[in-house]
Amino acid sequence: MSSVRVLVGTRKGAFILTADGARKRWKVSGPHFAGWEIYHVKGSSVDPNRIYASQTSGWFGQIIQRSDDGGKKWNTPGSSPEGLKSPDGTSKGESNKFVYDGVPGTHQWYDGTQHPWEFKRVWHLEPSLHDPEHVYAGVEDAALFESKDGGKSWTELSGLRKHDTGPKWQPGAGGMCLHTILLDPQDPQRIYVAISAAGAFRTDDGGKTWKPINHGLHSEYIPDPAAEVGHCVHRIALHSSRPNTLFMQKHWDVMRTDDGGDSWREVSGNLPSDFGFPIDVHAHEPETVYVVPIKSDSEHYPPSSRLRVYRGRTGGNEWEALTKGLPQRNCYVNVLRDAMSVDSLEPCGIYFGTTGGQVYGSPDAGDNWKPIVRDLPAVLSVEVQTLP
Amino acid sequence: MIRVVLPPHLRTLARVDGDVELDVSATATQRSILDELETRYPMLRGTMRDHVTQLRRPLVRFFACGEDLSHESPDAPLPEAITKGSEPFVIIGAIAGG
Repeated sequence: MSSVRVLVGTRKGAFILTADGARKRWKVSGPHFAGWEIYHVKGSSVDPNRIYASQTSGWFGQIIQRSDDGGKKWNTPGSSPEGLKSPDGTSKGESNKFVYDGVPGTHQWYDGTQHPWEFKRVWHLEPSLHDPEHVYAGVEDAALFESKDGGKSWTELSGLRKHDTGPKWQPGAGGMCLHTILLDPQDPQRIYVAISAAGAFRTDDGGKTWKPINHGLHSEYIPDPAAEVGHCVHRIALHSSRPNTLFMQKHWDVMRTDDGGDSWREVSGNLPSDFGFPIDVHAHEPETVYVVPIKSDSEHYPPSSRLRVYRGRTGGNEWEALTKGLPQRNCYVNVLRDAMSVDSLEPCGIYFGTTGGQVYGSPDAGDNWKPIVRDLPAVLSVEVQTLP
Repeated sequence: MIRVVLPPHLRTLARVDGDVELDVSATATQRSILDELETRYPMLRGTMRDHVTQLRRPLVRFFACGEDLSHESPDAPLPEAITKGSEPFVIIGAIAGG
């Protein structure tokens, strides 16, 4: 029987939630890496037992963790106690070494001055669709790294950061982070990334060269609302069957493109607020999209203090509120950009975590919700693995 | 034998209980202790000092014999009590952030 494994990153550790295909009874394990901020945990689709985690701390910096058994045991790649004993001398302890290629240069700071690029943490880990040893890392200050040795060492794909527009990129309130990496399942050379607050970018040559794909975005909070870069993109998502169609939750506005990002149009429609963070697509219905509206960028909680997921079944514009099982009064949590995910069971399950420490799950595409856990630390990320 | 006290999070990361005991062949300095620590526990690289610049991370502090040596030269010899192991070299995460 199929099962699901939900990987949850929080402010104080990682948790793994497991259930069979009915998704009614859950086991909770954790905290893994107790006390550390876990920005993201994601498994390989090629080898689901291979899971990568970004463990970070303002005191001790960045750590990459890896599990080869589905999250039971974890090691820092290349420097495990087992690795130390290996005769081939592979224990280099470089799994947390993220060094920008060449002279890092500068980007725009909050006050408009130029500021040096400084590595702070890994926001997002995206395992390759073809090789469990190959994984991408989106980092703050914004750049894209990759590892082809299971996370033992990292190399920057510096064509992105060295794009001509780099000096114009600026941090959002959460820092200047590369938070979204989408791999095109039909074209291994095509990758989409999103950066706050620079915008969305695309490569068609495996990461050597990049182009901003922000035409059609309109951001009133920057001097030129239609600028080539500077947009605070919060999250983008695609359905594997239609990799040219992307959905975007921007700082304000929900957007859609059908030409790989060359042009975007707004599909916010009847949402009560088009501010929010996560966006995701139903596993089996490429025109069914989910967002969690948030009241505003100064009040990071749901409109009318009612936690509602909105589902658009026509690719946007027409949205319905999903409320069954979600708190409909006195709710002041936020749902962060990487904290929503879908499984690929039938019917599709959808999951999200809140800054109040709840992880909600719906086994029926959003019609009914239940909290899987209620009292975790603030949730930073949620990923789901659908297991055979 | 030099005794090193790691902060709890780094102890967990390195999978050690209690103090770490190191044989440092060179003159005991902050640098020689950290070099040896990182050799024995590669997962600690980058957690106490920067991979490239080798500068101490801002919220990591080094104490010995009741003194804060964080701003001393990393190549300054440490007190004899550290070299002899009668006092530990203490690495702490600064109390900051609430």
